[in-house]
Amino acid sequence: MTALETPHSEIDDTSDTPTRRAWRRLRRRKSAMLGLVIVAALVAVALLAPWIAPFDPAKQSYTMVRKAPSALNWFGTDESGRDLFSRVVFGARASLLAGLVSIAIALGLGMPIGLLSAYRGGWTDTIVSRITDAMLAVPFLILAIALAAFLGPSLSNAMIAIGVTSMPIFIRLTRGQVMAVKVEDYVEAARAVGNPAYRIAFRHILPNIMPALLVQATLSIAMAIIAEASLSFLGLGQQPPAPSWGSMLNSAQRFLTQAPWMAIYPGLAIFLTVLSFNLLGDGLRDALDPKER
Amino acid sequence: MTPPLLEVRNLKKQFVAGRSLFGRATATVNAVDDVSLTVAQGETLALVGESGCGKSTVGRLVLRLIEPTAGSVTFAGRDLATMPRRELQAFRASAQLIFQDPYASLNPRMTIGETLSEPLMLHTALGTAERRDRLGELLDMVGLKPIHARRYPHEFSGGQRQRVAIARALAASPKLIVCDEPVSALDVSIRAQILNLLRDLQAKLGLALIFISHDLSVVKHVADRTAVMYLGRIVETAPTAQIFAEPRHPYTQALLSAIPIATPAARRDRRVLPGDPPSPIDPPAGCHLHTRCPHVAAICRTDVPPLATDADSHATACHRWRDIGADGFRIAVEQPFSPTLRRLVDAFRPTT
Ligand SMILES: Nc1ncnc2c1ncn2[C@@H]1O[C@H](COP(=O)(O)OP(=O)(O)OP(=O)(O)O)[C@@H](O)[C@H]1O
Ligand SMILES: [Mg+2]
Repeated sequence: MTALETPHSEIDDTSDTPTRRAWRRLRRRKSAMLGLVIVAALVAVALLAPWIAPFDPAKQSYTMVRKAPSALNWFGTDESGRDLFSRVVFGARASLLAGLVSIAIALGLGMPIGLLSAYRGGWTDTIVSRITDAMLAVPFLILAIALAAFLGPSLSNAMIAIGVTSMPIFIRLTRGQVMAVKVEDYVEAARAVGNPAYRIAFRHILPNIMPALLVQATLSIAMAIIAEASLSFLGLGQQPPAPSWGSMLNSAQRFLTQAPWMAIYPGLAIFLTVLSFNLLGDGLRDALDPKER
Repeated sequence: MTPPLLEVRNLKKQFVAGRSLFGRATATVNAVDDVSLTVAQGETLALVGESGCGKSTVGRLVLRLIEPTAGSVTFAGRDLATMPRRELQAFRASAQLIFQDPYASLNPRMTIGETLSEPLMLHTALGTAERRDRLGELLDMVGLKPIHARRYPHEFSGGQRQRVAIARALAASPKLIVCDEPVSALDVSIRAQILNLLRDLQAKLGLALIFISHDLSVVKHVADRTAVMYLGRIVETAPTAQIFAEPRHPYTQALLSAIPIATPAARRDRRVLPGDPPSPIDPPAGCHLHTRCPHVAAICRTDVPPLATDADSHATACHRWRDIGADGFRIAVEQPFSPTLRRLVDAFRPTT
């Protein structure tokens, strides 16, 4: 072989994995990195809440009711005299947990159903697609609220409700992605080589649809966090006295003029969290785009 | 006489092109319409025709990647349709596929080594160490290095990827490889390399090839026999040299005269068929070519011409080929070259 083109990286023999390449591209995007840093910080805050929070988030004090932010109570206090900073810090747990767990439920149910639907086709596919369409036709929050109300008020029921409500997005996405990847030449080649169906699904199709699912999951976490806050706001999520940003907003609404800080800080926390997950999701979408070489 | 390695009889494939609201098929594409062909051990059969005429579909049917609507495919004397699962798996080792687009045919999330190990794992009893040896051997066969096994497809050029695809096809020691336009997606400068590689490997390993191409000029140097397809049917089959020397079907003649990418003067002399190929959803009755054929007669509009084989094993599906003749045609192709152009064309022709 004489005129053979040599690969660009002949010298170093560590290979450039698709994951490493995506990470390199992600790092170049400032907004995505900002999102990632904030998300990481929020996770750290949630995990280290007992050490970060200066006060017990549930401890009431009738001498400290609705105090404005000060050196002692950085974010002020609420109607029962509880330290708002500590409550916002502990509230990160409910929000992130709700975001992660409910999307894990949505992905865990939606991905296999979508895969099956795309693979089986026929009646299975028709039924799954119609149910998915019907669920997607109802506004997301309405469905989540109805389901949460049906299950009864608690954080875990709220997570189940949000998870099930988010599921159709993942069914549809998985199904569409599998349909698209299934007809790729490399899948046909895998069949020609004699791979059994399960190997084609798990070795050839799944790894290639993971990027799209990851992006959707990140964006959906933001949605789930809003949904959890909304459910808690309505009293269907995290139950008092355990703190949650949504239920904090709920109690704040009665004192909006006298104690605006009660609404501002949990509101800001929700805003920042949702924004950072969205930034990260958008960045991931760009970084994982297979069309970009 | 030993039976041919591959025998295809009256193969048909219809695709559903449109469905009613209730999922009933309302339009079907006759992608492959009554195709019969044979491929002997070690032989190369070229399948030539315009885009959409059903070449790839024949290839996929032959490998039983899709099920035929009618007809049979027999491999080494065994009918694929009735093959038990076990045997079908063994067939997958003996018949392989190389795709047109090397950017699409390799899983982007598997290393070259993983891709090449798959057929070894599925079809051989090799242990890990032996498999690694075989991997090196395969890479060497196609002109790559063992170190390349650890890389991902995106780290390679198109030509190198096609080499990987060839290695994958060879891995389980097949007897037949369907090459679906293996060089048309590649740079012109690399085409000859890949074609030569395929030819060398074929000679060395005694492979039978079905070489699919829309370009007769590529076929000239690789195929023993050539079958020309039009709208799902084979219109002419003959030893390749014969096709080039004495094309009988008006469609083959038109394809041949389209080969030189030449000057305007040359274009005037070409036998260009008027119009576009009709839709395969509702193909014309009788001979499919009658809507575009300059030699059309009444019988062409009503009767499907049979693919009649003569003594030289030259088969033509045309009612009128004896009347048309190929002599006038030969002059038409030879004339368009000016001496300068001749040299230019020769320079770009892959050397044989
Ligand atoms: N899965 C499918 N569903 C519906 N129609 C199909 C399908 N595959 C192929 N066809 C149709 O069958 C006909 C033959 O297609 P095929 O891919 O075999 O052509 P081809 O000769 O390989 O063309 P090309 O040179 O473009 O690759 C075309 O009209 C195509 O649109
Ligand atoms: Mg094709």
